[in-house]
Amino acid sequence: MQKAKNLKEYRTECAESLNNDYLRTALDKFAVAYRASRKNAFAEFDVDQLIQDVADMKDGALLHLDELYEQFKKTAEAAGVTVHLAKDADEANDIICRIARETNSKKVVKSKSMTAEETLLNHALEDQDIEVTETDLGEWIIQLRKEGPSHMVMPAIHLSRYQVKDLFSEVTGAAQEEDIEKLVKVARRELRQKFVEADMGITGANWAIAETGTIGLVTNEGNARLVSTLPRVHVAMMGIDKLVPTIDDALKTLKVLTRNATAQAITSYVTWITGANQCEGATGNSKEVHFVLLDNGRREMAKDPLFSQVFRCVRCGACANVCPVYRLVGGHKMGHIYIGAIGLILTYFFHGPDNAKNLVQNCINCEACKDICAGGIDLPRLIKAVHARIQDEQGHPLPGILLGKILRNRKLFHTLLRTAKWAQKPVAGNDGYMRHLPMVFFKEHDFKALPTIAEKPFRDLFEEINPLISNPRFRVGLFSGCVQDFVYPEQMVATVKLLAENDVQMSFPMKQSCCGLPVQMMGEMKASRDVALQNVRAFENEKVDYIITLCASCASHLKHNYPVLLENDTGIADKVSAFTEKVIDFSSFVHDVLKVEKEDFDGDGKKTAFHAPCHLCRGLGVHEAPRNLIETAGMEYLSVEDEEVCCGFGGTYSAKFPELSEQLLNSKLSSVEGTGAEQLLTDCPGCIMQLRGGFKKKGSDVKVIHTVEALAERLKKK
Amino acid sequence: MEQSAQEVVLSPTDRFIEKAKVAAARVSRIKNFAEAIAYTIDLCGKQGACRLKVSGCDEHLTEQAEELCETKHGKIIAAPALESADFDSLAQACKNNGFSCIDSGIRSQLAGVDIGFTLCDIGIAETGTVVINCPDEELRLATMICEYHICVLKESDIVVDAFAAEAKLNKFMNQMPNYTAFITGPSRTADIERVLTIGVHGPLELHVLVLED
Repeated sequence: MQKAKNLKEYRTECAESLNNDYLRTALDKFAVAYRASRKNAFAEFDVDQLIQDVADMKDGALLHLDELYEQFKKTAEAAGVTVHLAKDADEANDIICRIARETNSKKVVKSKSMTAEETLLNHALEDQDIEVTETDLGEWIIQLRKEGPSHMVMPAIHLSRYQVKDLFSEVTGAAQEEDIEKLVKVARRELRQKFVEADMGITGANWAIAETGTIGLVTNEGNARLVSTLPRVHVAMMGIDKLVPTIDDALKTLKVLTRNATAQAITSYVTWITGANQCEGATGNSKEVHFVLLDNGRREMAKDPLFSQVFRCVRCGACANVCPVYRLVGGHKMGHIYIGAIGLILTYFFHGPDNAKNLVQNCINCEACKDICAGGIDLPRLIKAVHARIQDEQGHPLPGILLGKILRNRKLFHTLLRTAKWAQKPVAGNDGYMRHLPMVFFKEHDFKALPTIAEKPFRDLFEEINPLISNPRFRVGLFSGCVQDFVYPEQMVATVKLLAENDVQMSFPMKQSCCGLPVQMMGEMKASRDVALQNVRAFENEKVDYIITLCASCASHLKHNYPVLLENDTGIADKVSAFTEKVIDFSSFVHDVLKVEKEDFDGDGKKTAFHAPCHLCRGLGVHEAPRNLIETAGMEYLSVEDEEVCCGFGGTYSAKFPELSEQLLNSKLSSVEGTGAEQLLTDCPGCIMQLRGGFKKKGSDVKVIHTVEALAERLKKK
Repeated sequence: MEQSAQEVVLSPTDRFIEKAKVAAARVSRIKNFAEAIAYTIDLCGKQGACRLKVSGCDEHLTEQAEELCETKHGKIIAAPALESADFDSLAQACKNNGFSCIDSGIRSQLAGVDIGFTLCDIGIAETGTVVINCPDEELRLATMICEYHICVLKESDIVVDAFAAEAKLNKFMNQMPNYTAFITGPSRTADIERVLTIGVHGPLELHVLVLED
């Protein structure tokens, strides 16, 4: 459970996780294994279609939530169940405590329920002197340790067999061995005893099917079956968002849920319970059954045009499995109760802004979660939106306000960048890096060398180097982004050379500015919108076929976020769509549009690795183009493990969480070095800043350059 | 999406068998009910599935857990919800081999029974799943508290995927109250160090006998 009071405290807690070797190794192994096994689990299917089916089904159900509830209540009650609707966590706990009292239940066995975690149900029951035993092995372990789950599906993933051995030794009063099979058998017997004694069983539910009044439960251990069978009372607790119209809808979700969660085609058990079933332990041979549906803000949220999509969540936990930050810090630092990307969002809605305000900043925006979400939820976008909301409610911190103000005024921004060139003189080395960092940075930012501002920005060079092309194949506008304009103009210069060679006429509208992603990352949505508008305006009179950017993050932001940011500016909708449709990343343009060939280059077989920027591979869905270009230009492409995992830059993220950024960077550098590559190419100046600075600091010889530079260098001499 | 040539030609039965095995179920084909009885007696006896103490009872446990272990006596096969002739044949075979065979009172055997012997209603080929319609508590419990579960599946009850079973599932659910179980392989957990471990709460093994019909 994450409770840090401020960002500084939160950073300290995250840093503690970095020193937990067991956790780091376990989560590293898991991340790699999960990726492969998930792919395998979906091998026979069109995964995008399956996810779309879930999204459509859930979106449709949300529109009729109240009707579905009425139908569910009617059918379930006709079958002998009592159905309750709790408006908030306290009311849900009160209802269940009351049922316990009225049924004289003293001992409760429970199977896993995130909803019960959400309401802290166990505490409420224990306050009534009721003994509660979690029966899912992982949940039992963390209950005994008085911890919260560190993963939604594998709640004890942060613990080793040795810790479990010590815990079970304590619980049984006898020395246990660290043999996992034996530990599992100890749990089997100890918990069997608890099942036998229990008066009440509490389960969650993965679905509440309105048509038949049925609940569905997904487990591997089989504990939910015993919980719902042996005790004389059964209470199932679920969010009201678990309502679906029919069994068909539930089966659609099931198909994705288990494959996405644990890469299983299906779990060992899926249990469908309708009505009050036979129970010899109960009076009248019929179980007393209650279904408690929890609102806790869900019905209101279901009406929100942006946030309603969170109810497509099937609680598979996959957004944690692929999150590079989760992999570093574990679930206790990556959620209050709900874990992972979805946890950052749900914390705000279910547990308030104070519990969410630090967490939501710990998203590096790599989009790995969005890429695998079982419900196709745009998680990174919602995390940013929550961040923005919290700032609107609690006040915006100064750096964001300042940056927002500066970026809204392009001339001021560019003047500041030019001034920085002079201001950096005392600390700038002769090699293009800062010799030491100015005092505004702290020592934890010193893990990479930072570049200096270039002598002359690209915008001052363009006119003199831009050739006039007679009969051009294409006319393109260049969008440089601030880093390539002011820090790495040589990448733009290389672009001009390469495109001119391919008969492309270029233009560079001078009124373009920063794409706006940095302020968006800081939750400054108004500034982000204003900057977007400036850039659309800057290109509106350009007669071009494409707008090319060498920065994957800019490209993805221009293409996908601008239509959203400017959706209320209806007067210029045509201009916005004309702009975004033309945006293309460098590698795709050269590979797919220009279709360069081997004959265009003098290859030298240089051993070359590639780092796939998050916003290229996931943001734009570009995977093969840059790799093919490396080979087309006659270099030897070497595949890197984790090639599509974030380098740790994440724009303003690396400034906010330098310790985490450093760890992500080091993993990336090590895997690149492991290939024996002489150079590392990538398609994003931010990644270059991070990776090049990292290798420089390490004293490594691996050269980091933009793909365009490697291609331009090898252009066949004419 | 690509499908291997092999998958395209597999019959639902073959696909069921393949997928059930992937989920660590043990699958055999049988021609008649007598073979199911023979299989069960063999598993209980020669294969050693029936033991005086159930799994876990040899570990260091709390006194209460030990006490529950000690309530089990002899080698027990629980076979509820069978046709009476079938039950009688199985019970006779058990008697000949010194095992007890019960079809009721399973709630008094919560320490565990050695083998749960049941029929099932549907086989789902896509996932190797057996579906048991079990509002009957004896039937339900037999599949939960047994160390080994043997389940007889008629070949004609195998469908390609869960969606193809919807009509039947709806029929079960409309006969309220209802408890329908999808069972795929044995009970498993990966909650300690993500190491796959079999038999945490439910059966250690699932044996599916596919009956030709």
